[in-house]
Amino acid sequence: MSTARVIARLDVKGPNLVKGIHLEGLRVMGDPQTFARRYYAEGADEILYVDIVASLYGRNNILEVVRRTAEAVFVPMTVAGGLRRVEDVRDALRSGADKVAINTAAVARPELIREVSEAFGSQCMVLSIQTKKIGPDRWEAYTDNGRERTGLDALQWAVRGVELGAGELLVTSVDREGTQKGMDLEFLAQITARVDVPVIAGGGAGTPEHAARAITDAGADAVAVASMLHYGKHTVGEIKARLAQADVPVRSSA
Amino acid sequence: MSAARPVVIVDYGRGNLWSVCQAVAAAGGAPCLSEAPAAVRDAERLILPGVGAFGDAMAGLRARGLDEAVRSFAATERPLLGVCLGMQLLLESSTEFGHHAGLALVAGRVDRLPTPDPGARDKIPNVGWCRLEPAAGGGPWSDSLLSAVKPGDFAYFVHSYAAHPDDPRHRLADIEFAGGAVAAAIAAGPISGCQFHPEKSGEVGLAILRAFVAQA
Repeated sequence: MSTARVIARLDVKGPNLVKGIHLEGLRVMGDPQTFARRYYAEGADEILYVDIVASLYGRNNILEVVRRTAEAVFVPMTVAGGLRRVEDVRDALRSGADKVAINTAAVARPELIREVSEAFGSQCMVLSIQTKKIGPDRWEAYTDNGRERTGLDALQWAVRGVELGAGELLVTSVDREGTQKGMDLEFLAQITARVDVPVIAGGGAGTPEHAARAITDAGADAVAVASMLHYGKHTVGEIKARLAQADVPVRSSA
Repeated sequence: MSAARPVVIVDYGRGNLWSVCQAVAAAGGAPCLSEAPAAVRDAERLILPGVGAFGDAMAGLRARGLDEAVRSFAATERPLLGVCLGMQLLLESSTEFGHHAGLALVAGRVDRLPTPDPGARDKIPNVGWCRLEPAAGGGPWSDSLLSAVKPGDFAYFVHSYAAHPDDPRHRLADIEFAGGAVAAAIAAGPISGCQFHPEKSGEVGLAILRAFVAQA
């Protein structure tokens, strides 16, 4: 039986780790390697790299960051941001990534989900969905870090993505992202009830309690956390300890 | 300080070997990717990696003359480590998408993972961190690549099929899956295999690679 996972998310702009609020208002935090190595040592189960400018400018410099991270970080890595074609995915995997998370290009051409999962296996294909609440029990999917509306109902889009071959969902609440006020448990509970692939909860966790509740209360399989780690307020270990307290199996690392 | 020990990693056009190379280097080895049969046959120690489907991987090896090269290497009784699909290829056959012959270096077969109950936490593919436990009737860890691993330590898995060695003593470690036990690591003399990815299994994986690099 596999464990609930704590994923360290690193948003990268050029050579720098950055952190924003509501996916905007960026602050430069430093060298992403240094942070990735620290989270690996703390017991992070995966590293998620997000190139936050790639889909604006079509750049792919994140792969160099991934390659160098793979020299000293020996847990699975996921790359997101600006991946448009099967060839982009191949390049990411060659650079040491194990999975890719795709949002904008999948919304533009949903068949990409099928192409990626057929070429590399569904476990490589993470569908990234950014959500904003637009009414009671209604959420809209967004792209480009919450800048662009898609007109898609986020729950329906998630189900369709899984049908097309997505092996995992990365769900980030634009409303909550960077606020450290807690995750969108309502949306998470709705989505975990509708799909049978793992769901990674992202956006809004400010405390280990917030992160743990996405798993214990809303049925998520993993949490992706950023701010609380980057600002040194909490550690991966504290989140795992909180999960273990709630009898959720987590990987202990010596 | 002794020089890093050379480790040849078989490159047959399937899978992403950057991470394997980095982990071997971190474990004290000097990784060298090769698709040349002579380099594979004459290696001091050999890693056979692999992702994807069994039949496709065997075709990739055969097309490059690497199936015979790996068998010739194995006949020298130098250390060989199969990783993930590379471990499955060590067995005699697999039922993945038909029936395919393997390298037959370890007696046994490869079958699909047992089907979990609907709604169970276990799913196929099995992706994630699972606990390594000693296999019932299996060989001791003390003189294996798992010598520095403790029962209950976690390793990272991505697979839909599992190995079934004929001889239970060849089964070193298991994981629990769908209410039963599934082979996680095998060993037959100088030949070892990990169903998990040691290069993605944190310090536990590095300890296994260190033991492999140091294996006489």
